[in-house]
Amino acid sequence: MAIDAGTAILEPAHQEAVPGGTWRWLTTTNHKDIGTLYLCFAAVMFLIGGLMAMTIRAELFQPGLQLVQPELFNQLTTLHGLIMIFGVIMPAFTGFANWQIPLMIGAPDMAFPRMNNWSFWLLPVAAAFLIGSMFLPGGAVAGGWTLYPPLSIQGGVSYDLTIFALHIMGASSIMGAINIITTILNMRAPGMTAMRMPMFVWTWLITAFLLIAVMPVLAGTITMLLADRNFDTHFFSAAGGGDPVMFQHLFWFFGHPEVYILILPAFGIVSSVIPTFARKPLFGYRSMVYATASIAILSFIVWGHHMFTVGMPVAAQLFFMYATMLIAVPTGVKVFNWVATMWQGSLTFETAMLFAVAFVCLFTIGGFSGLVLAMVPVDTQLQDTYYVVAHFHYVLVTGALFAIYAGLYYWLPKWTGHRVDENWGRWHFWLSAVSVNVLFFPMHFLGLAGMPRRIPDYALQFADFNRIASIGGFVFGASQVLLLIVIIKCIRGGEPAGDRPYEGAEGLEWTLSSPPPYHSFATPPEVK
Amino acid sequence: MTCTRACTAAVALFALSDRAMAEYRINLPAPQSSVAHAAYDLHVIVLWVCLVIFALVFGAMFYSLLRHRKSLGHEAHHFHESTTVEVIWTTVPFLILIGLAWPATQAVLDQKDTGNPDLTIKITGHQWKWEYEYLQEGVRFLSVLATPGEQIGDRMDKGEHYLLEVDEPLVVPVGRKVRLLLTAADVIHSWWVPALGVKQDAIPGFIRDTWFRADAPGTYRGQCAELCGNGHAFMPIVVEVKPEAEYRAWLAARKSGQAAKAAAAGRILTVQELLASGEKVYAANCAACHQADGKGLPGVFPALTGSAVVNGPPQAHVDRVLHGKEGTAMPAFAAQLDDAEIAAVVSYERQSWGNRAEPVQPALVKNLRQ
Repeated sequence: MAIDAGTAILEPAHQEAVPGGTWRWLTTTNHKDIGTLYLCFAAVMFLIGGLMAMTIRAELFQPGLQLVQPELFNQLTTLHGLIMIFGVIMPAFTGFANWQIPLMIGAPDMAFPRMNNWSFWLLPVAAAFLIGSMFLPGGAVAGGWTLYPPLSIQGGVSYDLTIFALHIMGASSIMGAINIITTILNMRAPGMTAMRMPMFVWTWLITAFLLIAVMPVLAGTITMLLADRNFDTHFFSAAGGGDPVMFQHLFWFFGHPEVYILILPAFGIVSSVIPTFARKPLFGYRSMVYATASIAILSFIVWGHHMFTVGMPVAAQLFFMYATMLIAVPTGVKVFNWVATMWQGSLTFETAMLFAVAFVCLFTIGGFSGLVLAMVPVDTQLQDTYYVVAHFHYVLVTGALFAIYAGLYYWLPKWTGHRVDENWGRWHFWLSAVSVNVLFFPMHFLGLAGMPRRIPDYALQFADFNRIASIGGFVFGASQVLLLIVIIKCIRGGEPAGDRPYEGAEGLEWTLSSPPPYHSFATPPEVK
Repeated sequence: MTCTRACTAAVALFALSDRAMAEYRINLPAPQSSVAHAAYDLHVIVLWVCLVIFALVFGAMFYSLLRHRKSLGHEAHHFHESTTVEVIWTTVPFLILIGLAWPATQAVLDQKDTGNPDLTIKITGHQWKWEYEYLQEGVRFLSVLATPGEQIGDRMDKGEHYLLEVDEPLVVPVGRKVRLLLTAADVIHSWWVPALGVKQDAIPGFIRDTWFRADAPGTYRGQCAELCGNGHAFMPIVVEVKPEAEYRAWLAARKSGQAAKAAAAGRILTVQELLASGEKVYAANCAACHQADGKGLPGVFPALTGSAVVNGPPQAHVDRVLHGKEGTAMPAFAAQLDDAEIAAVVSYERQSWGNRAEPVQPALVKNLRQ
């Protein structure tokens, strides 16, 4: 892909005054500002959700109840899940989308800048409801992030508030998705055909369609829950002709595509980072696009594998088992393509690349445990155990979160104009990569040995691996302070990055200065 | 199996611990039923397939990471497409998956075949205990955590079966096909015994079934697997598999015990009898929420000390215990406890922790049941 950078930089005359202070951030319609806001919001929520995780691991350090009682423990696991999914991973990816998509496709901004502002500023409101509900009588939601009735019908007023918060977050996500789809479809620079778009843009385009498809399903489902709680409907109660399991079907029809909403943008980031540091184009670009689309389509027909123990007919169990196993094929294609991209490259290991390589390796462990869980008889043993906890943390922490780290180390120089301190970065990487495995790998063994998830206290046979996991957890948690230091150092100064800090980097964003002008690509660049 | 042991030893060594190796068990527990065997074998097969693929793919990746470095002067080759390779690594995984799906399908078909059972037991999940009902025998009882609260609160040394012990285990005969019918009274629970390969959600308002046939006599332990509120970690399952004759003897003793209890429900009890029995019923059924000291948990579960219901007329108090309170976590105990038990627990609550209300006799409970 050859790029005519000439027109891109000739635009300083178009700069306008930027309002300062709080007002700038409240009223901004600039995609770079909003991207920064999303990322800062995700960072704050990561701190809160992380402290909850640390408390959980501290309670589970040894058998017996020491720090928190069961009711608080259940609130912590529930909020930790909701915060990390809706408050950290999704907003962080949306932050990347805001910063990068216009820069990568040569657009001056997002298609709907005012709506962009609105979709961000809804999030802190929703987060305040979610976290504030801890201080209501009865405490926050404690029924697990999946909110299964009838347990979620028993709870206090915080459930209603949480449902409201999820509605707001859903509205924010849908608006964000509309914005991203419109931007990608309408605002690409001349010559940027669909099959020339960077993988990150492709993965976000597909993710945005998933969001539009399933967020309304979640909204409908939790509205039915709200009605069951407050208006005497019986959607999910057998006493009135309803069915608690129907909630699970509806929830996971949202929930499984949601899993891919949390991972497809990660695929996009890693597909940008690896070619840069392999100094080689992405292997099998076309098949990567098709694989992403296949994963997205398959994600709509596998929801039943979250419910193998509810007692489905045998035909349904077999169908969901086969469909789930099938996902291994396109996922495998992606992993093979990343390895083939590195093969015969000229590799260097900047921190961004370290996280990307760790992603490929550790995400695949999460993929393999997913294949194990797809087998109905094995899942019968492992459903709702720590094996599942290990599985989805490999996918979401060493998967989605490590990809976010890779993306941060990769694009921070572009956003701030300064190179990242690679020494601190390497320390952050190695401490995180080792401790995260000490944290999550033993959980496979705990699940196999029979430890259920979501319990504040456990039998003595689980004590040893729990202690190891907790130690890994504390080190992992503490290591994230290093990331904060790296980011602050990078914002405040450092070696100038130059337009293109990596010799192997390809793409329109590298034709701009670092940091890019407040309004970039006012005149579209030509992609040849 | 030797490999499993070798891996266990390796993990134990890595952890630098002098504890028993059994504590670092890294596979499913030894299977004790055909369903559990199938799951165990399937897990081993899938794991080996995954390990081989992992070694191949990441062997290649780490070879590349070591050899294709810029620092070693390696120049990048600029290939970026190969239809042949793409077709191969799409088809080969597909064929491997078909190979895995075959044994998995057979195991599923066997697992779902609940026909022709030798005996049927109905299991009802309650917050937070299990109720077992031997449908052909008319035997019914509750099974509650037996671990004392002092152990959970770290005020006493923990026993060997900490959190995995109950007052009344489920007893079944060895080698017989046991069909389980599962339902729940309040929220969703899940009945899980790993060694028997059984996990089935218990869904309020619906009946689901599953089955097992235990290979050998023994005691098998499990837990509730579906989050069901505060006591989720505290409603274990213990299954005692006995030889046929011992099972028969147990069943006969159960039946005569139930008859004696039914007789007791008819007579007038002394306050001492009521309080002694009430303390036990309270510990098993009420203490999880209202706490052993009757103080409840502020904002979550109301206190019974000084409560208007507990210190008010006995009719309203018995009614609350019998029928629960809608819209709260307070369940109806009418179906779980008999008249004597409800009279005992109500009397205990009315005379404990500074409460000074009059005790209640089983006859009053009987009248209020209608």
